[in-house]
Amino acid sequence: MLQLIRHGLNGKRPFPRMWREHELKDRYEVVIIGGGVHGLAAAYYLARDHGITDVAVLEKNYIGSGGSGRNTTIIRSNYLTPEGVLFYDESVKLYETLALELNFNLLFSQRGHLTLAHNDSSVRTMRWRAEVNQLQGVDSRLIWPDEIARLCPQLDLSDHPRYPILAALYHPPGGVIRHDAVVWGYARGADLRGVHIHQKTEVTGIDVTNSRVTGVRTTRGTIKTGVVLNATAGWATLISDMAGVRLPITTHPLQACVSESLKPFLNVIIVSGSLHVYVSQSDRGELVMGASVDPYTSYSLDSTLGFLEGLSGHLLELMPSLARVKILRQWAGLCDMTPDYSPIMGFTPVEGFLVDVGWGTYGFKAGPVSGKRMAELIATDRTPDLLAPFRLSRFEEGRLVGEKGAASVGH
Amino acid sequence: MLLLTCPNCGERNVAEFRFGGEAVKRPAPEDVNRATWADYLYLRRNTNGMQREWWYHTPCGCWFVAERHTRTQDVSHTAFWSPEG
Repeated sequence: MLQLIRHGLNGKRPFPRMWREHELKDRYEVVIIGGGVHGLAAAYYLARDHGITDVAVLEKNYIGSGGSGRNTTIIRSNYLTPEGVLFYDESVKLYETLALELNFNLLFSQRGHLTLAHNDSSVRTMRWRAEVNQLQGVDSRLIWPDEIARLCPQLDLSDHPRYPILAALYHPPGGVIRHDAVVWGYARGADLRGVHIHQKTEVTGIDVTNSRVTGVRTTRGTIKTGVVLNATAGWATLISDMAGVRLPITTHPLQACVSESLKPFLNVIIVSGSLHVYVSQSDRGELVMGASVDPYTSYSLDSTLGFLEGLSGHLLELMPSLARVKILRQWAGLCDMTPDYSPIMGFTPVEGFLVDVGWGTYGFKAGPVSGKRMAELIATDRTPDLLAPFRLSRFEEGRLVGEKGAASVGH
Repeated sequence: MLLLTCPNCGERNVAEFRFGGEAVKRPAPEDVNRATWADYLYLRRNTNGMQREWWYHTPCGCWFVAERHTRTQDVSHTAFWSPEG
């Protein structure tokens, strides 16, 4: 704070840069492809926890320009499978201390997260999730309309809507955070420890000799390396194809939008799986809204009217009082969807080529934990227990981690 | 807005259709092992370009194959499935 005031008064502009630019070296110990929260967190924890600082993060655009800057910033751990709950819970705990750790204000607001149930089968799934969550020590419980009304009086809790609200899964530690700040904080922390962040550096090929990674070709030159981490979300299959590794991933756009600014009135996060909608109010007063992924695979970042119409209709079903609120802007990001709605982390058949992909619509909330654990995997060459269920070989083994009921609003 | 041509009904709004995923060839049951079956079930090309894929037209209830560009959304061809591909 004092620093901010001092800087404001001394007239120096612009603010000092938070990370440096470097020449691309021709050799790095570890190359991370993708400068989003996952790639930068992995670089940060490699340097902080394992002393591996000869690391390059390659980003084809600017850092945080993909899903890390396009998500709706919701953080929670009330998943359905024990593997998923344990994993996301560690992420929530890391997020709770991250601002202090990075010395960067992330505006983390744990305001509570409500997942609404509109029919008996949803109530049953919520009850199931609450039980699994509580067993893993996560604060999560089923609540009924009287308590929902106290937490969020704006919801239409009458029996008039086509899909009346019967109950909700209440997850008090769920919250929202400033997503750009998370990316910048990790980038600054990694840079301070010697990691090279290369923006506007696109990967054009990966060299593999005898099933082993030997280098990465980029638009700015070739790098020799023995370890490559693919953390490229929607573009994950294109990068893996370069190394000859096929993935069970399809790319779907996920759209979101914000409304004009309103006075603060909504202090919880509202999600409805049946109605495919989630909404929270940002610190600027905008309603941040999202829905399910687009119904067909695509690499296009175009916004569609069909999405906006569907989302608005469903949101008005929940909160009719928003009928005259205007939409300010709309955008899309690319999601790497897997068949079981769980990510893929760890080793591949090509030695030295690692993946942290398949993050679909739930990648941002897992950035810290997957960065930390992938760094551990790289440093020790062993899969941490927390990551084992999410290995690539689970598809061939028939051991899927089915998170469809809890990971995504669209199914 | 994406328009698709149902081989039965002609050009319609994409909202009338359901996406059926990229067209993959099912291996002969006698040749299948664990790995090839997992390939068929899960692995996808996820092309950034022209893709051959399944669509279902809800009003008339027919499945057909389309060739669509996954970035520009241009649809070059739609037809009923035939064994020749």
